[in-house]
Amino acid sequence: MLLGLLERYWENKMLPQHLIAKVEDYSKKYKISDKDQKEILKRVEEIYNKAKISPGESIGVITAESFGEPSTQMTLNTFHFAGVAEMNVTVGLPRLIEIFDARKRPSTPRMEIPIKSKYSRTVEAVREVAMKIKETKLGDIAQEISINIAKATIEIVLDKKKMRDLDIKPKLVLDKIAEGLKSVDVKDNDSSVILKSKEKEISLSEVYKLKEKAKSIHIRGLQGVTHVLPVKGDDGNYIIHCAGSNLKDALLLEEAEKERIMTNDIFEISDVLGVEAARAAIINEANKVIKDQGIDIDIRHVMFLADVMTRSGTVKGVTRTGIVGEKESVLARASFETPIKHIVNASLVGEKDNLNSVVENVIINQPVPLGTGLPGLIAKMKKD
Amino acid sequence: MVENYVYKKVDSVVFGMMSPELVKKMACAKVVTPELYDKEGYPVDGGLMDIRLGVIDPGLRCKTCGGNLRDCMGHFGYLELARPIIHLKYADVILNFLRCSCRECGKLLTDKKVKIAVEEDEGAEHHAEEEAGEDEVSTKKQVKSITSSLRNVKKCPHCGAKQFQVKLERPTTFLEDDKRLNPIDIRTRLERISDSDIAFLGLDPSFARPEWMVLIILPVPPVTIRPSITLETGERSEDDLTHKLGDIVRINQRLFENINAGAPEIIIEDLWDLLQYHITTYFDNEVSQVPPARHRSGQALRTLTERIKSKEGRFRHNLAGKRVNYAARTVISPDSKMELNEVGVPIEVAMELTVPERVVEWNLKRLKKFVENGPKKYVGSNYVVRPDGKKKKITDETQEQLLEELQPGYIVERHLMDGDIVIFNRQPTLHRMSIMAHRVRVLPGKSFRLNPAICNPYNADFDGDEMNLHVPQTEEARAEAEILMEVQTQIITPKSGLNVIGCSDDAITGNYLLTKNIKMSKEDAVQMLHSVGVLNIERFDKFKKTVDGKEIFSAILPDGFDFSGYSKSKEPIVIKNGYLIEGVIDKSTIGQDKGDLIRALYAKYGSSVGLDLLGKIFRLGIAVLLKHGFTTSIADTDLPQEVSDKCKETIYNSERRVAQLIEQYSSGELEALPGLTLEATLEAKIMEVLNRCRQRVGEIIAESNLEENSTLVMALSGAKGSYLNLSMIAACVGQQALRGKRIELGYRGRTLSIFTKGELSPRAKGFIKRGYKEGLTPEEYFMHAMTGRDSLMDTALRTPKSGYLYRRLASALQDIRVEYDNTVRDANQNIVQFIYGEDGLDVSKTEGGKINVARIIREVLGE
Repeated sequence: MLLGLLERYWENKMLPQHLIAKVEDYSKKYKISDKDQKEILKRVEEIYNKAKISPGESIGVITAESFGEPSTQMTLNTFHFAGVAEMNVTVGLPRLIEIFDARKRPSTPRMEIPIKSKYSRTVEAVREVAMKIKETKLGDIAQEISINIAKATIEIVLDKKKMRDLDIKPKLVLDKIAEGLKSVDVKDNDSSVILKSKEKEISLSEVYKLKEKAKSIHIRGLQGVTHVLPVKGDDGNYIIHCAGSNLKDALLLEEAEKERIMTNDIFEISDVLGVEAARAAIINEANKVIKDQGIDIDIRHVMFLADVMTRSGTVKGVTRTGIVGEKESVLARASFETPIKHIVNASLVGEKDNLNSVVENVIINQPVPLGTGLPGLIAKMKKD
Repeated sequence: MVENYVYKKVDSVVFGMMSPELVKKMACAKVVTPELYDKEGYPVDGGLMDIRLGVIDPGLRCKTCGGNLRDCMGHFGYLELARPIIHLKYADVILNFLRCSCRECGKLLTDKKVKIAVEEDEGAEHHAEEEAGEDEVSTKKQVKSITSSLRNVKKCPHCGAKQFQVKLERPTTFLEDDKRLNPIDIRTRLERISDSDIAFLGLDPSFARPEWMVLIILPVPPVTIRPSITLETGERSEDDLTHKLGDIVRINQRLFENINAGAPEIIIEDLWDLLQYHITTYFDNEVSQVPPARHRSGQALRTLTERIKSKEGRFRHNLAGKRVNYAARTVISPDSKMELNEVGVPIEVAMELTVPERVVEWNLKRLKKFVENGPKKYVGSNYVVRPDGKKKKITDETQEQLLEELQPGYIVERHLMDGDIVIFNRQPTLHRMSIMAHRVRVLPGKSFRLNPAICNPYNADFDGDEMNLHVPQTEEARAEAEILMEVQTQIITPKSGLNVIGCSDDAITGNYLLTKNIKMSKEDAVQMLHSVGVLNIERFDKFKKTVDGKEIFSAILPDGFDFSGYSKSKEPIVIKNGYLIEGVIDKSTIGQDKGDLIRALYAKYGSSVGLDLLGKIFRLGIAVLLKHGFTTSIADTDLPQEVSDKCKETIYNSERRVAQLIEQYSSGELEALPGLTLEATLEAKIMEVLNRCRQRVGEIIAESNLEENSTLVMALSGAKGSYLNLSMIAACVGQQALRGKRIELGYRGRTLSIFTKGELSPRAKGFIKRGYKEGLTPEEYFMHAMTGRDSLMDTALRTPKSGYLYRRLASALQDIRVEYDNTVRDANQNIVQFIYGEDGLDVSKTEGGKINVARIIREVLGE
């Protein structure tokens, strides 16, 4: 009987699930009788129905206001310090702008990779994992990279100690060089690696370019991760904070707890995991900024904006090239930015503006189709 | 009764190009001479100010429509160009057409086979559209791939003619194989392109033929959009557009004459180029690589594009934002004796702003009185509108006549009166609570008066702020303002579901003191309550000889009101049956944002009663302070000797500790933390020590059980100030931080020249160990000024950034609404959410975004 009542509410969608769940929790906790529960549900439903949003509510404007008003109170040039200067994160208004603009790359990409408990028993083990995650380039493990001008070759002296520290085998280095530079022959002397171009004639500047290219050859780790910082999490397992983000490769890591990897790069999430994940990421990231600034904005507004940004299937920014630029109304687009361009382009195809959104109607002095401007009345006229 | 029914509505607006035929058809005059006026100052026929193009002078009548200055909205004319001119804004489109069509036969540089191949490249998703037919307009994406694939075709597949590369030299010169193409040739080529090919290239040929982009006829805009101004000297100053058009007409005439006279080709070419330049700048005077046309004074002309563009342009300045009548603006000042939903209006303003009231049988007498009073006596009227729509000003001459003829059906525009609904607004209007409806209260004085309790939603203070007031003019507008915009409907913000209106400052302090430890005689209590507007005689009867503060406070609350909550210091507050039994009222019960008691009253008794009670609580707080006396002085921040000593000791110890760290660092004993350099380690450790020092000082003061004085009362009640402020005044200001670090040493290795180079001591890097009261040393003062300046800059830089973000958000989201089926959709019915916020709740109708299930359960079980 007890479950039956709750089930009825659930099945008929008379209440949102979280409210039913709450009632159920309390009922169990305080051993509420069926009669009381019925009364409680009745009252909750009554209050819920009163609090439902009215049709016609201009929810878009309300959301814009909810972000716009407090954004004037946010701080601008604050950085979050995680100890190291390179590990800083953009926060506050600049970060919020970054999220809503849907920039392709965040200005400070960051990733958090939790380590499986198996690998996080000792500090050394964690350190080892961390070094595996951090990107190592050829330049990092080379003692010296020099150009032999006479022979037009590049000589790389590897730092054996560093390589031992990082647990990198010379074989791997050679393979990676061969892979990264297809136009050179790689010769392995005992003390050094010599690169020689496959082409016979090669100018010095080209050799120099090759040297620079060689320096940045990726040897190991996640590409783009420039710094790592292991931090002990609440559960005793380590979390590796990374400056730079590479979700795709991080997911292939054996040591990582894949389900809990976090990155602040929304586009990467969109590419790797899809739009729904990107939507969740937008909500998370925006919420983080809001919470961090001590501002109260209801989650519904954040969800709503994330929905608007992702509804087309890809992440779109709140910019003239993103959401605003894709409005159907010419006048709405023209009154936002670059009006001439929009009008000229509209004239080419004979675009028709059906005046069904807001600014167009403001422009021609008609009621706006929101709120009280939405309903129309049709009266049956008596025939004389 | 005559009503202004809306019988026509604009359904849609279509954009398109104008063909030369259309321009000619809609024109009312042909412009042939650059002259504007003749010797008498009368507009010349065939000139740019021809009165067939509309009138801008009073007294003249339009030759086209016969209307005068008011009725005639102007008519277009046209100018026949001697030679074709490229339309600047369509140069790119022309280029596309030239590249994609054959120079000989005008056909697309592709046969059908290629066409289909191109379409298939686009992928299957467009396939259905492509099969729809030949005349179908291609999509933008398709066009791009078509044009890029046809760019380098060398030979026409239809006639076999050889093709050359066409280039556009910005802004308007076309080159074919490095030889200049003249607009006549361009136009003939464009003319040859067939309609179906145009459609294939993404244009609708019924709206935009490519040859229309090479102008042979220029529409001349009506004079009404380029009115001239008459200066005091009687001289006429023409509009920028008229100037520019004058140039165009002049050069055009010269070109005509030269052509007819058979002048050498070079001269004609030169004039042609000049004409092209003038028409280019007529359209857009900010084209790159084209010198802007200027006034004689050197100021650039504001031509068509500049008129439309940017914030001051037509769209954003005149179309999306409009000027209104029936508005007033003046300085605001506080008056806590008023209700929260009232606004005090100066009598001068009330006599200028009017409310139209329709005369019916029942109010005839009343309105007659207003007309009788006229515009100079208060509660009079300024205008009378006759049923035929004629508006008559009430003057000494007209008054009697109007009074006589006044009868049902007339409208009297009477002065603003007490109780009228007006809309009150303070800029910046960042959220909907920045513009609310109020009830008028006509008052002497010259400022708008408002209750200080509603400063928060408006973000107003009284240091010279000004606010605007608007009077709704129709019944519909008044009803909407009253139901949707009045102050009591806006107590809870849709941003977070918390109350934006609540007590602040003295109102909180007063109620805190009252409910904490004030007792007063029955007479005083009743007197005070009455002065605040509480007339609860049953409660007054129950008062004993001396009345406890809690009981006085309870007199405001309705019988049967139950509430339980927590104070700022987490102590329980219990209200039972309208009596405050336990606890002290403070910010967390009646304050802004988290005033639980306000919420509860609002939820139980509705918006109007809730607002009324809030007003009473607010006034009570102030009345208590008036009676009890409340002041704060610098002596309030005096610390007892032992507390002060303790603080000093803490600071001393910290300084010692920092010195030790520096010592360790310089002797090389300091060990680097993982991932940090030695210097960074030192810096991090010093920062930690100094921050802990600051914190500790705060704690010492908080723990020291100071005697409760006014400053402390304000901090404890949440009215103003905090322990942090107190300790900064009394003990130690603390570290001044720039960008999250101690103040950097700079290029010369020191912050100020009084320090040694490379000095890392607290004071050399901006630690202020003194409190404000003790006073800052010069170097401390300097560091303090640095952070002060930094925060000023931050504010100055943030405002435009956040403003732009807001504008973009508003533009992107403005048309999204909740539909009748509870889905959230945009203006074109595309669904954004199936149910708003996943549960369909309106945040402004919830408690902080939630439905309080626990309270409901308590209510049910509690009985």
